[in-house]
Amino acid sequence: MTSKKKTIKNIKIDVDKCNGCRACEVICSSFHAMPKYSSNNPARSRIRVIHDPLRDIYVPVYAGEYAVAECAGRDKYVIDGKEYDECAFCRAACPSREEFKEPDSGLPLKCDMCEGEDEPLCVKWCLVDALTYEEREEEVVVEEEDTPDEIEIGLETLINKHGLDKLLDTVEQLAKDKS
Amino acid sequence: MRYAETGYNLEIDLSRGNIEKVATDPKETELYLGGLGTNAKLIWDRVPPEVEPFSPDNLLIFGAGLLCGTPATGCNRTIVSTISPQTRLLAFSMMGGFWAPELKYAGYDKVVLRGKSPDLVYIWIHDDKVEIRDASHLRGKGAIETAELIKQELNQPKAQVAAIGMAGENRVYYASIEQGRSSASRGGIGAVMGDKGVKAIVVRGTRDLNIARPEEFLGLCNEVLDYIKYREEHPIPGVMPILAGLGSPQEMKVHDEKWHTENFMWGNSRERRKGFWTDEIAKEWTETMEKARTRLISCFNCPMKCGATISMPGLPTYMMKCFTKLTYTMGAFSDLDFGLRIAQKATEYGVDGFSAPQVMAFAIELLENGILSKDDFPGMPEDNEGRFFYLLDMIVRREGIGDLLANGTYWAAKEIGNGAEEFAHNNIKKTEQLPLKLSMLNPIYFLMYSTGEKINITQIEGQFPQAPFPTREAREEFVKDWIQVPDDRFKQYFVDWELRGENSMPFYPTVEMCCDIVDWQERMHYIDDALGQCAGLSSFPLKPPYHIHNYPKFISAGAGIEMDEEKLTAAAKRYRTLVRAINIRRGMRRKDEKPPANHWKKRFPELEEQLLDAYYKLKGWNRDGIPTAESLRELGLDYVSEDFIQRGILGDDEAADPTANQQAATAQ
Repeated sequence: MTSKKKTIKNIKIDVDKCNGCRACEVICSSFHAMPKYSSNNPARSRIRVIHDPLRDIYVPVYAGEYAVAECAGRDKYVIDGKEYDECAFCRAACPSREEFKEPDSGLPLKCDMCEGEDEPLCVKWCLVDALTYEEREEEVVVEEEDTPDEIEIGLETLINKHGLDKLLDTVEQLAKDKS
Repeated sequence: MRYAETGYNLEIDLSRGNIEKVATDPKETELYLGGLGTNAKLIWDRVPPEVEPFSPDNLLIFGAGLLCGTPATGCNRTIVSTISPQTRLLAFSMMGGFWAPELKYAGYDKVVLRGKSPDLVYIWIHDDKVEIRDASHLRGKGAIETAELIKQELNQPKAQVAAIGMAGENRVYYASIEQGRSSASRGGIGAVMGDKGVKAIVVRGTRDLNIARPEEFLGLCNEVLDYIKYREEHPIPGVMPILAGLGSPQEMKVHDEKWHTENFMWGNSRERRKGFWTDEIAKEWTETMEKARTRLISCFNCPMKCGATISMPGLPTYMMKCFTKLTYTMGAFSDLDFGLRIAQKATEYGVDGFSAPQVMAFAIELLENGILSKDDFPGMPEDNEGRFFYLLDMIVRREGIGDLLANGTYWAAKEIGNGAEEFAHNNIKKTEQLPLKLSMLNPIYFLMYSTGEKINITQIEGQFPQAPFPTREAREEFVKDWIQVPDDRFKQYFVDWELRGENSMPFYPTVEMCCDIVDWQERMHYIDDALGQCAGLSSFPLKPPYHIHNYPKFISAGAGIEMDEEKLTAAAKRYRTLVRAINIRRGMRRKDEKPPANHWKKRFPELEEQLLDAYYKLKGWNRDGIPTAESLRELGLDYVSEDFIQRGILGDDEAADPTANQQAATAQ
């Protein structure tokens, strides 16, 4: 284990300021389109406004690491008289809910803070300041463990969804078809 | 590939239960843009003038604007078009909210309904999967209630629902279609939806919508956002607060209602209450609003907070925007607390917030003047507020006298007779208007009221200040950064405009200038209505972020249709003329083009005639308001002139091609 300086990037969310317009979803999906901005589809967005207007719930959440379906976080919270499912606060791309999964493949989505831009575009497009970008240097202990890359995350999701056997069968089948 | 639009309409025949996905012709988009433009084309092509509003052959079209679903800020409007039961003319009411972008993401530009379902149904559109589902369990339910029930039933919290309440089911002529925080209210389109047996249209979409020139388009969007920020920091000085900023009037935010309450007429558009706005009232109303309002909210992809969530004690939560805040209050001579409580019921029932309170006040006036009697209102409570709640219930249920009142003041008065028609005094083309009555004729507003096809004053005004600024310095200051003008001459019109003296109303702006101003304002609204852009960031406020100089770029980069100012102006004129043609074919003429008789105390009949003559001429319409064969040909609307000639609306000689005649003359 080693220790090193790391820039922690964070989007601070002020739910009280959210006006529910979903501009963050719009620009996120647009930025991540290939080529950039060529299409728009909030269902592909890595930030989602979980909202229930009649109960005055407006919670923007951006996608973090992947979590398995068996996650225990199923509690209800009451804040300021409003009831929230814990999922509303969770950043995980999780197989048990629709957010943060590619609509066609079901593969998980993850926020990359709009790599290459000065600040995440959802923050830039949130003129009501419900989202603010924070960056701080932190001394962190780095465990010498590879972080899973996208293929691994994807495979894990598929295994969770369909089971390992089925996945292996499919890969085998595909390999046969290609050869 | 199609850009900005999906290229597909959903055609649903409710009589046969048939659903079709129909590819559309990109050439039509180039000519008519989208939204209102292509809606109008469909109505012209498929709804002949013999078709009654409540005929199965009437179409009800939900059209997403051309740029809805793209990142263009504030572009989220659904344009709903049909033949109105109230006016018997084309209605094209619009709603903001979230429905149109969702429809685009599902893969459609429009939902076109025809026929009539034998049973009450709702339509569920989920990408490629489209179903007509039974809605008998939703009969009589409120519009917001319905949306919630359907989302639960489908387990689709993200679905967007456009629904009608009891008023639509019972074909109240001013029934609205409600969609969360917004509604399409004018012209009684909710009644047509009810007549077709459709309780709701529910949409969920997860498809991509493409942009033709992505980087360029995003650059334009960012410019708009920057400008919105700039305008937030630089409100326009010297105008009342609701005109100083952007967005639709920020009624949910603003507490100072001195201007509305003292300048608009109360009751049945009858009484102006000078000196109403006291410190005591201001304090009381502020408290009411602060307590009721939980959050200021927006439509899809828009930073303006024009709406609010409203929770009145003991009543279900609902959402509100704009002027409905005051209409019931002022209709009933009551207070804001009452206004917000009755608006909750009215929203669930789904009625137009302009018409409904005025019709109720009209009923009370008829009772007070002995034209209706107590027997016409069995069981009506004695107290003022109670009477309004009672009337609202009777109207949406079409019970007793409510059955007549449900047709609006024009048709109700005709039926009631006995002098009732004198009391239906605030109509334009049979529809109740904002109860605003002023002293001297305003020539610009005269033109907008008279000739506006949307039949709603607030839907045409904007861009040009409503009144001159008191000093020349202030006016010169105003025009300095007025980049939105299509031509610099508009700056001069404004700089020379005085409060008093030679260059003041009603003879200045001159007839020619008035026509020019109205034509510009109208053009901007029609462009918005095709693109699906909210007027609150475009045609309605002063110095908006969208204007004639950047709109062509948005269309080119977004939809991939090469556009410039001239071409866009021509397109807007084309479908504006087509909208008029639909109404002309249905019998509308010059005689119908007038504001309410007592709208201004001091009138100038001769000037009014000149204004109409000149405006018609500018538009390419003849003296009776009918587009001429020549102007139709210029716009590529020859099929309209052919139809007019066939029907005898235009004479045969008007079809003659002047160039052909000229050639013949030269040959001789």
